[in-house]
Amino acid sequence: MTSNLPLAYLCLAAILFVIGGVGLLIRRNPLVMIMCVELMLNAVNLTFVTFGEMLNDISGQVIVFFVMVVAAAEVVVGLALVVAMSRRRPGANADDLRLLRG
Amino acid sequence: METAVFVVCALVVLAGGLGVVVSRNPVHSALSLVATLFAIAVLFLNLGAQLLAVVQVIVYTGAIVVLILFVMMLLGIDQEEDLDEEPIVGQRIVAMLVGLVFLGAVLAVIIIGKESAVTGAESVTQAISPNVANVVQIGRELFTNYVFALEITAGLLTIAVVGAVVLARRPTDLQPIPEPESMTDQGDEPLTEPLRSSFRASNANPNDDASGEGSH
Repeated sequence: MTSNLPLAYLCLAAILFVIGGVGLLIRRNPLVMIMCVELMLNAVNLTFVTFGEMLNDISGQVIVFFVMVVAAAEVVVGLALVVAMSRRRPGANADDLRLLRG
Repeated sequence: METAVFVVCALVVLAGGLGVVVSRNPVHSALSLVATLFAIAVLFLNLGAQLLAVVQVIVYTGAIVVLILFVMMLLGIDQEEDLDEEPIVGQRIVAMLVGLVFLGAVLAVIIIGKESAVTGAESVTQAISPNVANVVQIGRELFTNYVFALEITAGLLTIAVVGAVVLARRPTDLQPIPEPESMTDQGDEPLTEPLRSSFRASNANPNDDASGEGSH
């Protein structure tokens, strides 16, 4: 049972990644879509740490550190886009942005 | 013990993940996200990544989710979304099918491949050593082997901050974009009229603009 635990981590991360991906596809609120991207990034982080544990390698954790920084930058820019968008078109969702012109 | 912790946290992660996707109210989604991220932090602890667990709680649940909630409250776009209506016919079914196929493929690789699903040799030079603290080891790696990546990360953060300020800045001469004919022909109501009035309302207080421009 204990030897199969890393595989269980990988399965959990895969399920979480798919939940985030399906949420990204079916939701229309841009904030919820950002949250779904966070879910997917966290699933990948969990996979990295599990791989590092299985191969006894510290690099997995170092890479997760960088992924976290990139995720923070992504959220900052994404939220700024949401702010700029809803200032021009209050209550707009992802479907209203077909023209890519604000 | 490790298995028990894993099972509990896995249930919280899955319930929280589903809560993010299924909640009608975005605030409930954000709170589900907090639960998910916290459970992942506990899973990191379970895997022996103490530094990452702490960073996860501080950065994700402490900063990112709070930032998302701030934007939600600031803009008042926390109205509930009607999940019953489907904007594109059949899109949900297709999205779930794609998700299930992807999940099936990944799970098949993991379950059939077992340990051999993870390829690669065990690390010699960067092995996780039980004698050195986790923080010390990651810090050493960051400032030796990954020092250039660390420098580039600093540049990335600077660019993100500048970009966020530029994007979220209140524009001084915002002209509503005229609606192209192709959109009005499809029966959509033109967006220019409500735009103009809402922009005037947001610019009602001139002191806000003055303080915003003064810092540049």
